[in-house]
Amino acid sequence: MKPAPFEYHAPESAADVVALLAEHADECKVLAGGQSLVPMLALRLTRFEHIVDLNRVDELAGITRTNGSLRVGAMTRQRAVERDPGVATVVPLLAAAVPCIGHTQIRNRGTIGGSLAHADPASELPAVALALGAELEIASATATRRVPAGEFFEGTWTTCLADEELLVAVHFPVWEGRCGFAFEEVARRSGDFALAGVATALEVDDDGLVQRSALGLLGMGGTPLRASAAEAAMVGRAPDASDLDEIAMLAVRDLDPPDDVHASSTYRKRVGAHLVRRTLTRALEEAGRS
Amino acid sequence: MTEHAICVVVNGEQRRLRVEARRTLADVIREDCALTGTHLGCEHGVCGACTVIVDGEAVRSCLMFAVQADGADIVTVEGLGGPDGTLSSVQDAFREEHGLQCGFCTPGFVVTVTQLLRENPDPTDDEIREGISGNLCRCTGYQGIVRAVRRASEAPGPDRPDRPGPPGPEGTR
Repeated sequence: MKPAPFEYHAPESAADVVALLAEHADECKVLAGGQSLVPMLALRLTRFEHIVDLNRVDELAGITRTNGSLRVGAMTRQRAVERDPGVATVVPLLAAAVPCIGHTQIRNRGTIGGSLAHADPASELPAVALALGAELEIASATATRRVPAGEFFEGTWTTCLADEELLVAVHFPVWEGRCGFAFEEVARRSGDFALAGVATALEVDDDGLVQRSALGLLGMGGTPLRASAAEAAMVGRAPDASDLDEIAMLAVRDLDPPDDVHASSTYRKRVGAHLVRRTLTRALEEAGRS
Repeated sequence: MTEHAICVVVNGEQRRLRVEARRTLADVIREDCALTGTHLGCEHGVCGACTVIVDGEAVRSCLMFAVQADGADIVTVEGLGGPDGTLSSVQDAFREEHGLQCGFCTPGFVVTVTQLLRENPDPTDDEIREGISGNLCRCTGYQGIVRAVRRASEAPGPDRPDRPGPPGPEGTR
């Protein structure tokens, strides 16, 4: 099928984008990489009177290291993050997750901000942003604000972004110290949406005791989720193999993942628990070595 | 309905077109440029048959509006071989290794693989499989395609500027 007709706008500055959003509000949608929006338009799952293309707004793209965080412009292509050797050094969890998004052709167009704002609960970047405690930089014609990832995702494909607001950038905090990171997901085929996945970040002290622990789950609910109980259960401890089994079970115990043709809810929980166990093991090893 | 004037270079040839905003790059390549080598399988970004190279990156042309390509340099499957119909080394390898059967998915694979080998001239088998994972083939079972990529990676030719071979035709790099 083909998209329904729309009025096309191609502004070249963020100021012009938010002015258009203010003017057209809910009749309007911004177009980032188009790897989710264009199929939804083509399948007529959605339609808008106005499409505001962000692809000519150069100021929205780019990766910069700022005070204790990595600022990634919303229109930075996923492939650009993948190719940037600095990202793996500064925010290893982001570098580990990006190659799991779709396929090369998708990542060549797909953007960091587009994936976050699309907020598919089975996608990678929302879980990473949530686990690391990223902040989202948002602008409208009248105001700017920064929202923690924990408050950004409200439901499937739903965020706290108002109609007239634009996601400008995401700030990933740089975890310093003895840290370990791991990202894993299980999909039926390479590049498919994951049935379940886990983004894990850990910090340990000099004695190997966990100081900080973050588990971001994807595909396990209507939004990306933090496994808070499991995280808390690790702090102050140096978990051994049997502890990790327990923590993995705890991470998924109260979840009710989707039940569909691709996988049952029970299966997703089992996979999720295994991935928690596996990523924790890897992250602990990495943190211990650092 | 509003039309937009765009100027694109397709396979080395500049084209000035008027397109409705909702029309995909794939449709404009096929219908307005009459380059029907770019195939449309799913039209929602799953199958990879419509893969073309836009400004040096392999992309799905069904997930881009033609109006977005204004000013872009586009290479389609027609731009890979020589003007006299000589096959590129990738195309030749697909033929030699039975990397196709019905041929519907082939343009997408050939374009994807051409770009893959430009970026990674000597891929491992895992990198080959990862590199073609965004393209679906329902005939071959992929074994012949993987062999074709391997063969192309070992062949000299116009697709491989790093290896000796005849100079590439206009429109290829």
